[in-house]
This record gives sequence, C-alpha cells and structure tokens, in this order.
Amino acid sequence: MNRFQYASPVTKQSAVELLGSGAVVLAGGTDLLSLMKADVATPDLVVNIKEIAELKGLEHSEGSGMRIGALVTIDELLQDSRVQEEYPSLIQAADGIRSAQIRSVGTVAGDLCQRPRCWYYRHGYGLLAMQNGASMVVDGDNRYHAILGNAGPAYFVNPSSFAPALIALGASLKVSGPNGEKEIPVADFFQTPQSEAEKEYKLSDSEIVTQILVPAAAGKANATYEVREREALDWPLAAAAVSLTMQGDQVESAKVVLGHVAPVPWNSDEAAAALKGKAVSASVADDAGKAAVQQAKALSRNKFKIQLARVAVKRAILRAAGMEV
Amino acid sequence: MPEGKRPEETGSGISRRDFFKTSTAGAVSTALISKQGIAAPGEVTKLGPDPVKVKLIVNGKARRLKVEPRVTLLDALRNELDVTGPKKVCDRGTCGSCTVLMDGKPVYACSILAIEAAGNQIVTAEGLGSPDKLHPIQKAFVENDAQQCGFCTPGFIVACQSFLVENPNPSVKEIEEGLGGNLCRCGTYKGIREAVLETAAKGGFDA
Ligand SMILES: Cc1cc2nc3c(=O)[nH]c(=O)nc-3n(C[C@H](O)[C@H](O)[C@H](O)COP(=O)(O)OP(=O)(O)OC[C@H]3O[C@@H](n4cnc5c(N)ncnc54)[C@H](O)[C@@H]3O)c2cc1C
Ligand code: SF4
Repeated sequence: MNRFQYASPVTKQSAVELLGSGAVVLAGGTDLLSLMKADVATPDLVVNIKEIAELKGLEHSEGSGMRIGALVTIDELLQDSRVQEEYPSLIQAADGIRSAQIRSVGTVAGDLCQRPRCWYYRHGYGLLAMQNGASMVVDGDNRYHAILGNAGPAYFVNPSSFAPALIALGASLKVSGPNGEKEIPVADFFQTPQSEAEKEYKLSDSEIVTQILVPAAAGKANATYEVREREALDWPLAAAAVSLTMQGDQVESAKVVLGHVAPVPWNSDEAAAALKGKAVSASVADDAGKAAVQQAKALSRNKFKIQLARVAVKRAILRAAGMEV
Repeated sequence: MPEGKRPEETGSGISRRDFFKTSTAGAVSTALISKQGIAAPGEVTKLGPDPVKVKLIVNGKARRLKVEPRVTLLDALRNELDVTGPKKVCDRGTCGSCTVLMDGKPVYACSILAIEAAGNQIVTAEGLGSPDKLHPIQKAFVENDAQQCGFCTPGFIVACQSFLVENPNPSVKEIEEGLGGNLCRCGTYKGIREAVLETAAKGGFDA
C-alpha cells in the first residue's frame, strides 16, 4: 500500500472539497483496502466519509418509498423489517453476501461502487486488460467473465449484487459534487468503459453517492435469485432480479435485470416482453430465461454461465410470483 | 494545549498536537473533535502520511501508538501492540483469521485502518478469556476438537462468540451460514459446529 494522507470530514460539503484527482472515498473499506494493497488504487488522500452524520440512516416514507443513506451497512438493510416485507429482492441479494464481517461494515452504496473482481484488473492490467493491443481475457482464463455485452473492449462483469435489484425496483442515486447535487437512475449509473481512461460507473473523482432512493414497491412482486459456486466469501456466477406489476394473475409489466453476466447490470427487455400479459408458470418463466440469454455469447471458457443465467432468470420470476423454485 | 497533558487524552483517538501540525485550516475550532480526530464543519484537515498518534482501546485497555494512516488495524495489533491472536492470512477480507470485535460487531481487522478504529472498543480472542478462565466458547473448542493446526482458531472464536450473541439458539444451517466468513484449511468445521451447538445448549453465555 502506498503512503497517503487521511482526512475525516464531518459534512458532505467538506468531503467534496477534499476530493478530486488523487483522492478516494473510504466507506467500509472492505473493497478499497484490497484495491490499495494490490496497488490497483494508489490514492494520495483517503477521505473517510463515516463521520458524516447526514449520510447515515435508512428511512421509509409513506408513498414515496425508501431512502438509504450512503453509510447504511448491508447488515442494517438486512435487519430492517420494512425492507424484509416490501423489498424481498434486496434481502435476497444481501443474503448472498455471506460474511457477518463484511455485512457489519460494508455499505450498500459501497457495494454499488465496488470495483470489478476481474482477476486481470485486480492484478494491475487495467479494466480492459489489454496487452500489446489485444485483450488478455479473450485468450485467457475467462471462466467468470461476461456472456452478454461482451463485444469488447470490456469483458469483466459488474460485481454488485444490489445493482440488479435496485434497477428492477426503479431506484436512483443522489450524488453530491462540486456543482451541487444531482439524481441519477441506478439504471444509468453504470457504463461499459471504452478506454482505460473511463470508469465502469459515472462518478467523477470529486463526487460522492449520498443516498439511494428506492420507490415504494407495494403491490410489486420482486425477487432476486443467485447461482453461486461457493456459499460464502464469493460473488455469484449469475444472478437475476425481477419486479413484476400484476393485473390479476397476469403480468402487466416486468423488469428483469441480470447480474454478474455483463460489464454492466444487464437489463433484459426481451425477458420482460416474454412475461407481459401472461400468467406466471414454470414454462413462461423458462421462456423468459431463454429470451434473456438469446443474445448471449460465450467466451472460450464460460459457456456454462449462459445456462446459469437462464436458470437464474427463471427462478427469480418464480420466486417473485411466490411459486416453488 | 497545556503541556504535561498527554495529547491522546483529549477525547479523540488522535493527538491534538498532530492535528494542529497537519491542519491546513487557518482558524481551528476546538468545539468539535470527532472520534477519528478531528474536523469541524467546513475545515479541511489532513493527517499523515507520516506516523500519527492513535489511541486504540484493545481488550479494555487504552493503547497508544504511532502509525502511518496506511497501517491496518491488524498490523497495528500484531506488530505494534503484540496482540497476535488475530492472524494475517489472506489480508483481503476473505478468510476470517483476523476477525476481531469492533464495538461489539465482528470485523476483518485486515480491512480497517488503525486510524479509523481509534476510539472504538476492539476485542480479540485474548480479550474473551484467559488460559485459567476460558470463555465458554473457547472451552467448547477444546472439548470438541474444533481445531487442528489452530491458526484460524482465534478468528473463529471471535466470530463464534458474536454469532452466538445474535443467535443464542442456532440450527446447524444457521451456524453454517452465519460463520461463512471464516475458513478452516484443515476442515475442522464439524468440531466447530459442535462447539457452537454445545455452547448454545449449555445456555450460552453473557455477552
Ligand atoms: C470475500 C468477499 C465477498 C463478497 N461477496 C459479495 C457478493 O456476493 N456480492 C456483492 O455484491 N458484493 C460482495 N462483496 C463486496 C462487498 O459487498 C463490498 O466490498 C462492500 O459492499 C463495499 O462497501 P464498503 O462500504 O466496504 O466500500 P469501500 O471498500 O469503502 O469502497 C468501495 C469503493 O466504492 C467507493 N465508494 C464507497 N462509498 C462511496 C460513496 N458513498 N460515494 C462514492 N464512492 C464510494 C470507494 O471509493 C471504493 O472505490 C464481497 C466482498 C468480499 C471481501
Ligand atoms: S487449517 Fe484449520 S485449524 Fe488450521 S488454522 Fe486453518 S482453519 Fe484453523
């Protein structure tokens, strides 16, 4: 880890003033410290945001939904009884992050801002893992890499378990920066970098996420289903989150978002279309799963992920509809 | 600051002297000194990169040390304070051998900076019991053969203790899920499960 200066501001304004080129936000540190130890992140200044009181707390308000402060930990989200009732998809996503030690300090906002787990990236080859003008991923060990949105130049997968669920629920982020506050839908937050100069999400060096705003989900059936290699201390191989608006026993509209399959959380309009106007059944859910991976393209070693993604979509739909998975 | 008074004894984990030295703000307000040291609203205060005085509260005792901001809580405990229960294995928050309690919650000491932990209550396996007065979970580990090489044991002990506080009457499935943050390379999970079940069956312990 390189040497750095450390600051612990108590207002978001002073945090934003401290930030900028060479500075980095420290929340729970469960990802940042690993990046720094690997010299993937080499900040001159670490800005600890945990003393900023206005970033704390999770609140529900009637009608307008939920506000998750940037410092709310995964554990705090899991313990919230309203979240358990109204947003099972978030609980099911949090449940997969299976380590009490990470949940106790890791934040939900930090989960969205965590950097990809691609081993080329984590070993210092950059997000695009280019060497001599060619991607090391394409000819390398790509068993955990993207099966969708993988035409290049990026092949890593978005690592966040919360992102698909938040996008399916229509959530947005509040961001503070030198020019004040702005709101950005989680669906628009992520991007596929086209060069090493770009990041995989739209946050400048001097901006911080201050809140996650989740619309009320009353009446919307929502669920997440993940497929994992190991039960703990690992990221999913494929996951899907769905949110269904029902009209009687028929799906009026659906959002289906896949995780860990593409450089961004992958919104599948194809899967949503396969559900529209139908009553949920195992075969309808399977059709939606099939539609979700229609465009998928395996790299040399990750064909197995296509089937896992298809099953994740099918089971997330069945789970949302309260059916046996 | 009056001379003679230790700089650490100002209520903050970080010395006021270091604060004044490194503060980039002109006017310094003493009204608001946060736990980690420091900034009043609107002020911009930077510490380091040279060593900074930090007070850690480890197993109930205040311990003073000087560390660079980049030093992790784990390295501070082991290398500066000789508290070697927490072990350094993966150093990436992925094995659990460095588990300590911070304000009662289990955390990976490798993934927290010492400077962040200033002022928080840190408890390691050493703080739960002593050789002549073992904590019930420590005793149960001995009785159930819950270790082989024993390198992961202090982390497991701390994780099991906090798990039992939250789950005084756990099922085997809950134990497997709740202790998922710790790995045992020798595969002594069976003994560990039995130690947790036995401790729970005996009525647990006072947290
Ligand atoms: C062994 C292990 C297994 C894991 N498994 C999973 C899993 O299955 N699914 C999953 O989704 N995650 C998983 N995680 C990741 C974990 O959830 C994240 O590391 C954690 O949520 C990050 O939160 P943090 O507060 O610790 O962030 P930090 O480590 O403090 O920060 C992470 C990054 O986000 C930036 N950042 C943090 N907060 C903000 C903010 N408010 N504004 C702007 N930037 C910010 C930081 O600068 C940094 O770059 C796992 C982690 C480990 C170590
Ligand atoms: S191998 Fe097993 S007994 Fe040995 S330290 Fe690791 S986890 Fe513990």
